[in-house]
Amino acid sequence: MAAHLSSGRVNLTALREAGRRELREFLDKCAGSKAIVWDEYLTGPFGLIAQYSLLKEHEVEKMFTLKPGRLPQADVKNIIFFVRPKLELMDIITDNVLREDRGRSPQRDFHILFVPRRSLLCEQWLKEQGVLGSFIHREQYSLDLIPFDGDLLSMESESAFKECYLESDQTSLYHAAKGLMTLQALYGTIPQIFGKGECARHVANMMIRMKREFPGSQNSIFPVFDTLLLLDRNVDLLTPLATQLTYEGLIDEIYGIQNTYVKLPPEKFAPKKQGEGGKDLPTEPKKLQLNSAEELYAEIRDKNFNAVGSVLSKKAKIISAAFEERHHAKTVGEIKQFVSQLPHMQAARSSLANHTSIAELIKDITTSEDFFDNLTVEQEFMSGIDTDKVNNYIEDCIAQKHPLIKILRLVCLQSVCNSGLKQKVLDHYKKEIIQTYGYEHILTLNNLEKAGLLKSQTSGRNNYPTIRKTLRLWMDDVNEQNPNDISYVYSGYAPLSVRLAQLLARPGWRSIEEVLKMLPGPHFEERQQLPTGLQKKRQHGENRVTLVFFLGGVTYAEIAALRFLSQMEDGGTEYVIATTKLINGTSWIKSLMEKLEPAPF
Amino acid sequence: MDCYTANWNPLGEEAFYRKFELYAMEWSLKEDLRDCLVAAAPYGGPIALLKNSGRKEKSPSARPLLEIYSASGLLLASIPWKSGQLVHLGWTASEDLLCIQEDGTVLIYNLFCEFKRHFSMGNEVLQNHVLEAKVFHTEYGTGVAILTGAHRFSLTTNIDDLKLRRMPEVPGLQKPPSCWAVLSQDRVTIVLLAVGQDLYLLDNTSCSVVTPPGMSPAAGAYLRMAVSFNYRCLALFTDTGYIWMGLSTLKEKLCEFNSSIRSPPKQMVWCMRPRSRQRAVVVAWDHQLMVAGNSTECIQFVLDEDSYLVPELDGVRILSRTSHEFLHEIPEASQEIFKIASMAPGALLLEAQKEYEKESQKADEYLREIKDQKLLPEAVSQCIEAAGYEHEPETQKSLLRAASFGKCFIDKFPPESFVRMCQDLRVLNAIRDYQIGIPLTFTQYKRLTIEVLLDRLVLRRLYPLAIRICEYLRLSEIQGVSRILAHWACYKVQQKDKSDEEVAHAINQKLGDTPGISYSEIAARAYDCGRTELAIKLLEYEPRSGEQVPLLLKMKRSKLALSKAIESGDTDLVYTVVLHLKNELNRGTFFMTLQNQPVALSLYRQFCKHQERKTLKDLYNQDDNHQELGNFHVHSSYSEQRIEGRVGALQNAVDAYYKAKNEFAAKATEDQIKLLRLQRHLQEDFDKPYLDLSLHDTVSNLILDGHHKRAEQLYREFKIPDKRYWWLKISALATRGDWEEMEKFSKSKKSPIGYLPFVEISVKHHNRYEAKKYAPRVTPEQRVKAFILVGDLDQAADAAIEHKNENEMNFVLSKCTASTDVAVVEKLNRARAQLLKK
Repeated sequence: MAAHLSSGRVNLTALREAGRRELREFLDKCAGSKAIVWDEYLTGPFGLIAQYSLLKEHEVEKMFTLKPGRLPQADVKNIIFFVRPKLELMDIITDNVLREDRGRSPQRDFHILFVPRRSLLCEQWLKEQGVLGSFIHREQYSLDLIPFDGDLLSMESESAFKECYLESDQTSLYHAAKGLMTLQALYGTIPQIFGKGECARHVANMMIRMKREFPGSQNSIFPVFDTLLLLDRNVDLLTPLATQLTYEGLIDEIYGIQNTYVKLPPEKFAPKKQGEGGKDLPTEPKKLQLNSAEELYAEIRDKNFNAVGSVLSKKAKIISAAFEERHHAKTVGEIKQFVSQLPHMQAARSSLANHTSIAELIKDITTSEDFFDNLTVEQEFMSGIDTDKVNNYIEDCIAQKHPLIKILRLVCLQSVCNSGLKQKVLDHYKKEIIQTYGYEHILTLNNLEKAGLLKSQTSGRNNYPTIRKTLRLWMDDVNEQNPNDISYVYSGYAPLSVRLAQLLARPGWRSIEEVLKMLPGPHFEERQQLPTGLQKKRQHGENRVTLVFFLGGVTYAEIAALRFLSQMEDGGTEYVIATTKLINGTSWIKSLMEKLEPAPF
Repeated sequence: MDCYTANWNPLGEEAFYRKFELYAMEWSLKEDLRDCLVAAAPYGGPIALLKNSGRKEKSPSARPLLEIYSASGLLLASIPWKSGQLVHLGWTASEDLLCIQEDGTVLIYNLFCEFKRHFSMGNEVLQNHVLEAKVFHTEYGTGVAILTGAHRFSLTTNIDDLKLRRMPEVPGLQKPPSCWAVLSQDRVTIVLLAVGQDLYLLDNTSCSVVTPPGMSPAAGAYLRMAVSFNYRCLALFTDTGYIWMGLSTLKEKLCEFNSSIRSPPKQMVWCMRPRSRQRAVVVAWDHQLMVAGNSTECIQFVLDEDSYLVPELDGVRILSRTSHEFLHEIPEASQEIFKIASMAPGALLLEAQKEYEKESQKADEYLREIKDQKLLPEAVSQCIEAAGYEHEPETQKSLLRAASFGKCFIDKFPPESFVRMCQDLRVLNAIRDYQIGIPLTFTQYKRLTIEVLLDRLVLRRLYPLAIRICEYLRLSEIQGVSRILAHWACYKVQQKDKSDEEVAHAINQKLGDTPGISYSEIAARAYDCGRTELAIKLLEYEPRSGEQVPLLLKMKRSKLALSKAIESGDTDLVYTVVLHLKNELNRGTFFMTLQNQPVALSLYRQFCKHQERKTLKDLYNQDDNHQELGNFHVHSSYSEQRIEGRVGALQNAVDAYYKAKNEFAAKATEDQIKLLRLQRHLQEDFDKPYLDLSLHDTVSNLILDGHHKRAEQLYREFKIPDKRYWWLKISALATRGDWEEMEKFSKSKKSPIGYLPFVEISVKHHNRYEAKKYAPRVTPEQRVKAFILVGDLDQAADAAIEHKNENEMNFVLSKCTASTDVAVVEKLNRARAQLLKK
């Protein structure tokens, strides 16, 4: 069920197990039958830790979504609220509790499970509403880092970037630090910490502090990670804006992957059975889980989309050849062997069918003229062409009222690739956007400016070309089929963040001091002392393990690039990736938009 | 050593008892013990004496004196007794002294005579007074049982969770029982009492008469009873000098003895050891001590002095004015080794080792004898075990030496038991020292556990010894040293004669960063003692902000709490303090405080955004943050339900944006106000919704509805760029299907967007006919695409050939179908070939 988590260099099943244990312990505290009332946002992440079956084993009989009003009827002994510590949610819970029928018997016991942390503020709030006493157990469930795959952890904290960079609310960084402490408790103290950016600095400080808070708990686990690299998203604002060109990246760009699941238009997945041709097409979207448990997906997810087709057709040949085998099976033994392999083969065949369909869906889009034009402009910007003047394509797109987020992505990309736009150019774009999409977006534009995604070039100096050249962010001779550099994930652009990780491993950041100074925030190195018994004596040829933590989000293309580095034969470093949230340009910009709905006149 | 067994007294065939001195008492008592109320705590605990208690009537001026001594007779503390008449003293399991007054009030003191608290045994007791009282220990804790003047029993099984129980009445009871005891059977506490020749059992609800099995009818009236340490055994002494010994369930008799002493004994207690089959009681009269068990003989000792018996888990302690002795049954291992002419392996091993020391060859003979029987491991174990039972370090050592010697001749003898015994004995010898005065036996020590022993040392404020023991036993710091240091520090903060600085410094010096130390707990204690400044100083050493902050808030040091909360990075903690401050301070001071703490300020802003939008405005105002103020007004304008309100709020935003020198935002907002006003007119004029559309959509809707003039007017007024206006207009016209107007528009002047958009939009609206009109006007570079869009492959081919552009040719070719476009394909192929030739 969770085999994919143990496939990587670091066995993340242990983390998932720790999470499950904690959950079970809590559920068992509330003896008797239970109903869970869910903060809806939590259901997705929870699904990665425990399925319904686990809850059911612990007498969870009903599940509801948290909403105001009276709680649904359910003949259970316990009502447990699973919520994030947010005041808005506390108001809803208060409403639920106050409307509970006091006369009903037997009475139901209330409990709250705060995820990921119990909050004094919320409890104070509940106290003021006079309902705090109604809760028998008020506990926390430290679900900070959720294992998504064998090398991938995410906090799934949707608004982390916005909170950190727009609102100076560093709550998510505190959770990140806590999550890292949990990780260290399970996988040993990480001896080296590197970081770049204000948030990275803050997280590292908190980690050191937290370690001091528990001086006695000397960790006696042999360290699994050699290095932790903390990276602020605002050190590299560029990468998420560009369209990802890996298979997984494109699925996310086009359909959006939520907690490893994707919903796809059903037409292409219609069952192709004879005699049923006349039946209706399915109308429910097709829901698929995407992770490395699926052999084929693990192979193609990180490839450039242009290299996926050939793999799929090769696979198709192998599988049909395998099915052909049955004609050659003569003896009973051979038939038996064939039959024993059948389930695996059938799984492979259905996996292939699914991905062929997905690839077709994506191909329809990537071959469209508009996709091509958009990509061309992106690539021009990234390679430094005409970034300083108003771009025709963007203007045309606005004039034709293309989706606003697409426009914002492009304008921000241009701004970032030019270290800010000339005031005149910036104002022109802003005016165009406000006139076309409406005045209410003035606040969104302001947010983008605050986050540094849009800015006017005040100092007059454009650092981007220097950064691009020093870090070799643009590679003209990209090889999409058999890549030799991370730039394949964006067909030419090498993600800055991943380049920083790569250069840290070899030859070290000292070689790029100048560029690091141009990027925002401090860069630093910390060492955590290990007892002599735990110091690693590295075997010759043994790879180092680095945990790269993206504070503010990471894209699938960046993950692909890091995986590519892990697999490089002479790389010497394997990467595990952690982040506050898995993002793409669209979801990222969306999180920064101000939602203003006019009151009806 | 030769006379080692000199003080062994046989009882029956198998058992030996010995009595030896633990301490010569240091207390130099003037009074006789019989004149004092005495209470000695089990497990070698302290001794409480209330002097002069009996002489109250004779000299009312002489107050009784309450004194507490260690088991070796060192005075721990004393106070003059000023409260009411005391009936009984007893010790709790945690070594607190219970002083039971005649009126049923129970006062609790610690072993330094410091008053802790009191409780009452209830009204009934108050009215009828306490006749007798007993303190007892069960699995529920320490209990108190009272016999009142009305000859009724009241009891509680746990003084820390006081639940008073009044036992049922004994029918026809006119005088106090001659003796009684508290029994604990199957978790039920019951009272057994004797009146004359009758025994009564009181449980929660009923009173029943019981008869011990095998009790001789001629035994006579009961005078004394004794319950064993573990509540399993009961002994009854009658006025014929007969002693019945049996199970306390009264279901079985174990043995009996006839002492032929008819005077009532002063005390009778059991003397047993766990896991031994021997049962015996010790009975004390004024000058005589008797050990009686399963034998017709008994052991008798003469008592030179008035003595007091303290039953223990594995024996009896005997207190007198000058000495403190221990009487116990010799354990089997010791018997085996030391019994005269014993050939047990342990005895031989001890002998072998002695010979070895004398460098005698006999050592080898003895060893051989043990080894031949393959009993060497047993011999070693026996010596180790026996060492534990010895009080004299010399004897312990010789036994351990023998064990160590024997070990050498065994392959892989596991060393743990030996090492542990050495360690345990060192600890025991250390605490048995008369200055410490805790005469624990090995058996008691194992039952008590090291943790409880450490607690007891802490209670006696023997911190250094406790720490030495922890270090010596290598207990984990959290379990051992830290706990003790924390206790020490909590004691230290109560020393009022030292300054805050001194105390804080002294505590930090000692405690440093010892793991498991909670400075906040110590600080809380200091605060409880009224030493707030000291508490704050101590909190400085606390690394966990989660612990610091609540206490600082409690001590009303909110600002300090705020900076600590911020340091921690825990935003929830910051919020907690901020909201606390909000309630505590007036608004102005509150804002000023936040001003100096940007982290707290931004968090409070977040809070206001969701909970108190009005306050948000005040915050921005105070900061002169005009940009955010402008945004605030824009935000609130959208919740205005009337257009005037909306415009008003936006006007505020304009002002704020100007102040923020954000000209763009100010202008854009002014434009929006203008647009809103215009839209209202449009809405009125055309009776269609226009409000809240973007400028683009407004113009587009106007064109869709054919109001070209009004559209034109907006285009000019808002300076819509030509390019965008052209795009907008042709899309709208195409949507409307107004191809005539579109053509007219295309000819109105030269298109700033070229003519390809005309083609594209017409095609998009499935009007190829119109599209074709514009294809020729498209610039040469885009013409091929235009012709392909309108489906004119032939012309597309011509255009491509004209450009001599191979890519374009290929593109056209890719659109051709072999069957229908033969001529075009041929033409293109020819041109391509020609191109390649060059």
